Amino acid sequence: MSGMIIKGKTGDWEIVCGLEIHCQIISKSKIFSGASTHYGSDVNQNVSFVDAGMPGMLPVLNEECVRQAVKTGLGLNAKINKYSVFSRKNYFYADLPQGYQITQFEHPIVGEGFVKIELEDGTSKNIGIERLHIEQDAAKSIHDISPTKTFIDLNRSGVGLMEIVTKPDFRAPEEVGAFLRKLRSIVRYLGTCDGNMDEGSMRCDASISVRPAGSSELRERAEVKNVNSVKFAMQAVEFEAKRQVELYENGGEMRQQTCQFDQTTGQTKFLRFKEFSDDYRYFPEPDLPPLVLSDEFVEEIKRGMIELPDAKKERFVKELGLTPYDASVICENKEMAEFFEKAAKGHEAKKVANWLMGDFFAMLNEKHLSLEESPISAENLGNLVELVSKNVINGKTAKDVFAMMAETGEAPEKIVEERGLKQVTDSGAIEKVIDEVIAANADNVAAYRNGKTALMGWFVGQVMKASGGKANPGMVNQLLKQKLG
Amino acid sequence: MTVDTQTVKRVAALAKLKIDEDKVAATEAEFNKILQWVDQLKEVDTSNVEALVSVNENFLEMRRDEVTEGNQADAVLANAPQKEYGYFAVPKVIE
Repeated sequence: MSGMIIKGKTGDWEIVCGLEIHCQIISKSKIFSGASTHYGSDVNQNVSFVDAGMPGMLPVLNEECVRQAVKTGLGLNAKINKYSVFSRKNYFYADLPQGYQITQFEHPIVGEGFVKIELEDGTSKNIGIERLHIEQDAAKSIHDISPTKTFIDLNRSGVGLMEIVTKPDFRAPEEVGAFLRKLRSIVRYLGTCDGNMDEGSMRCDASISVRPAGSSELRERAEVKNVNSVKFAMQAVEFEAKRQVELYENGGEMRQQTCQFDQTTGQTKFLRFKEFSDDYRYFPEPDLPPLVLSDEFVEEIKRGMIELPDAKKERFVKELGLTPYDASVICENKEMAEFFEKAAKGHEAKKVANWLMGDFFAMLNEKHLSLEESPISAENLGNLVELVSKNVINGKTAKDVFAMMAETGEAPEKIVEERGLKQVTDSGAIEKVIDEVIAANADNVAAYRNGKTALMGWFVGQVMKASGGKANPGMVNQLLKQKLG
Repeated sequence: MTVDTQTVKRVAALAKLKIDEDKVAATEAEFNKILQWVDQLKEVDTSNVEALVSVNENFLEMRRDEVTEGNQADAVLANAPQKEYGYFAVPKVIE
């Protein structure tokens, strides 16, 4: 059991939480118009009359948005509905020029599926997906330019969204975090959404309720709007669940409500009760007949599916001998996984993974570089590992070579060659150094021979130092043992 | 099925329509007349009939993902009652 138990005065409580995630679809043009989806354009420049809700304008569905939704559905192990229907969701708000949102209601394009998440204790859990449907994004409201007015930019109006609804399967903030990271990883692998929560291209609402631990009842819930980072989502769930436990234990009653998450305090803030606000008067969209996908359309997308993080991770564990933890870290990011595969090709994969997760990540962090900007190429990292495997250099020298590669971007072979860093494996040469060290340290030699064997490490260090770090440490150890007797 | 005065007022509020107090009763009667007619339609047995989503028999045509429109902010804003800095300006919306 990975669930979180909240200890109350009256007993143990558990969390029941489900998520709704809005993912902006990656496409060149909007879902129902030919205006650009480009982020950061000048105000109101990416707007067609459809997006502006002008009378008489008709929506025409973008094929790419449909393809992206199906692709994502397959990535969520979900059922693809070949028949789906667009509906109008009616409400009035300044960011919705049409007065309704075109969305899908009773017949979404994607049905039930699941996402596997890995938890810190090494267990995994499947989170159920209820559905995925496609719809229009709203315009963007800007509240902080004028004290008396709200400004509306329609550039976002009509950008395609996928709304993904999970089942109420989350029992702990950790599970929420793991799910959001996994979902982000999946959509990024697929190229269907860029997954940037801080830029709003992936937005999350959480429905949270609590119940006595072990019971199966479903109590009134609070919907926390727009938690825009993984960390905030986890904080929001924990805070809101604890707030509800306290409410119940103090004799209060929970009513279905909408809350907002305050990033500065980490708390949820009451917005409104939800009695009538959900009366959206949905009806089938008269401007769009039902969407019917051919078998061919879906099959073509299936054929084009790439290896997703779970499958890749499993392959790295099974075929390349990585630990599950290393594999999941490397596979979270598609570019990282590709970099690793390129680096590991023909070399010892496990060792490449160690370098990648250790010195390599540290180097990128320290230099504030992204993977694409890395001065060390995948091939060069692989070749460095190879030099150690083939005993051309020892591990200690490899660290130095790595540092030089990070500075110069040069190939490890070149650095080793030019700077004469090749490991000394000539036993005669090593013996010569050992003899010198022994001769210069008669007292320690005597101490060693009188039983102070812990001095071995010190001797190895002296010999390595005298050899300029280039001696093969294994041989040094072996020869020292022989000579010290 | 019939509606009461409360429902009439709620529907008006959802549609953002102002309805004068002295018109509520008449509107309620009109709503109920329509609903009676719907009740009459419901007498037809449709248990084996799929719901009709569209009278258009065609399947949905889709378009290719190409940018074909845009860069017409002036035209888009032409009818805006208020505009500032290229934005539509509306009364402050506070969440």
